[in-house]
Amino acid sequence: MSFWRSPRATPYLLLLPAIIVILGVVLVPLLVSFWTSFTGYNLTKPATLFQFVGLRNYQRLLGNDDFWWAFGRTIVFITITLNLEMVLGLGLALLVNKITWGQRTLRTIMMFPMMFSPILVGFQFKYLFNDAVGLINNALFDLGLISQPIPWLVDGALANFSIIVAEIWMSTSVFAILLLAGLMALPKEPIEAARVDGCNPWQVFRHITLPFLMPFVYIAMTIRSLDVARAYDMVRIMTNGGPAGRTELLWTLMTRVGYQNSQMGMANAMGYVSIILSIVFTFYFYRKLVGARTFMGGAQ
Amino acid sequence: MRGKLSIEKPWQRWAIRFGVFIAMVILVVPGAWVVLTAFRPNIEVLARPAVWIPQHLTLNNFLGIFGLLSTQQGLPVGSYFVNSLVISITSTVIAIALGMMGGYAFARYRFRGKATLFLGFMLSRTVPGVALSLPLFIIWARLGLIDTSFGLIVVYLAVNIPFTIWLTDGFFRQIPVDLSEAAQIDGCTRWQAFWKVEFPLARSGLASAAIFAFLTSWNEYALASQLTRTTASKTMPVGLMDFTAQFTVDWTGMSAMAVLIIIPALVLTFVVQKHLIAGLTFGGVKG
Repeated sequence: MSFWRSPRATPYLLLLPAIIVILGVVLVPLLVSFWTSFTGYNLTKPATLFQFVGLRNYQRLLGNDDFWWAFGRTIVFITITLNLEMVLGLGLALLVNKITWGQRTLRTIMMFPMMFSPILVGFQFKYLFNDAVGLINNALFDLGLISQPIPWLVDGALANFSIIVAEIWMSTSVFAILLLAGLMALPKEPIEAARVDGCNPWQVFRHITLPFLMPFVYIAMTIRSLDVARAYDMVRIMTNGGPAGRTELLWTLMTRVGYQNSQMGMANAMGYVSIILSIVFTFYFYRKLVGARTFMGGAQ
Repeated sequence: MRGKLSIEKPWQRWAIRFGVFIAMVILVVPGAWVVLTAFRPNIEVLARPAVWIPQHLTLNNFLGIFGLLSTQQGLPVGSYFVNSLVISITSTVIAIALGMMGGYAFARYRFRGKATLFLGFMLSRTVPGVALSLPLFIIWARLGLIDTSFGLIVVYLAVNIPFTIWLTDGFFRQIPVDLSEAAQIDGCTRWQAFWKVEFPLARSGLASAAIFAFLTSWNEYALASQLTRTTASKTMPVGLMDFTAQFTVDWTGMSAMAVLIIIPALVLTFVVQKHLIAGLTFGGVKG
């Protein structure tokens, strides 16, 4: 008992409520989910929660085409969007950095997509891409560029394209704002020195600006990989995995299997795959961030 | 400073301005179009050929979703709005209190297992909401917490606490330890020193942490959509899906609801900007 009254206990006491909440809402559910992924739990038959089936759920997943399609599509989706967001965010930050007047207003506008709930972003693009009343088709139509409405969200390939556009709209700002902060912190002397030594703008960018910005790129990548699953909300309202499963991501497939087909055991197995996916992406970029920081160590 | 460095020709300057302009248009137009739609009559939105310049502006879409128009079956948007406010504010206030305690512990004390605990909190953030909703649904159903505000508030606490700890840890680290030590030498207890010295200095940081927490809860969909059922606890993002039937979508009604979801977020983001600047200046004060 004496430990809890001693000053050594203070930090633990301060952290206790937070620990209890995380245990109760994250850790215990994850254990339940882990157990469930080894059972044939079906929501409609409560007794099946204790029907242990070993690795059967995982074996079935590995042999299931729908799962592999959703998994592959999710990886491709994350890779394409993160890379494009990085490139576009960098471009936007470089452009805004060149503007000397009204920069604060520009930054406020750049924060605009960040206040949107992902479900709102989804709704917004569902509306813009709608084939009958959408802004995009209406504009193309009135400009005389098309005579038939383009079925943005009805055709498989176009629907994937539309979802990627929505995701990029939502998250490019994260990169742009962080990289702009990086550009503003960029020391001027090395650039001036390089200019004096006869480097052209591209060489300055490639060998001075870009290496300096890399830690900021990795911070943005880490933040983004933490919340990649936000795309679920967006896809849920835009296509809900349709047409005919052509935009199904791991996250939408999981809820379909779990809640609609009531196969909770199977869904939780998929949940674990998605958790590992998030951790791998986050950890990868976090390691890169730490690496870039040590590389920068001399400069800071 | 910048003028000296840049050796742009006039056409390059104009190209940059044009690029920025296009980017800003892309960032603003989608949202603005939804806001405009919220104030337009349904006929005009559905008209073919498209009506670009609004002929009539109306508040009927807003009255409609609150059930104040006799012609239209209203949705319980009023209760959704209240639920959203109650759940977001309550979970934010508690998350900030608990997260601040945790952040202070990490910033000011050395103790065994510190690094592991910190990593644990951060790892809990990597679990996607959708994946977490599956086991939470099972447990909450057994505990009778499905479709209660309490159930959702507790979940949002867990979502917001790690981030709050991470932010407040940073804010408290920025405040020199000497300040509270000086106060303690002058006769304050550690508790008094915290409230009189460190808390006021960290206040603007805490305010921005609170706004992040509020926005996270306010905008959350994946967990809320599975853990709520009726007007007892359904929040605005979940309510937005009420408007989509299998084949029809009420565009103007949904836009009106979207505006209601955006307004608090918009107001708070402007506040957060002010506080971010305040946070930067108090960073300068310490030096």
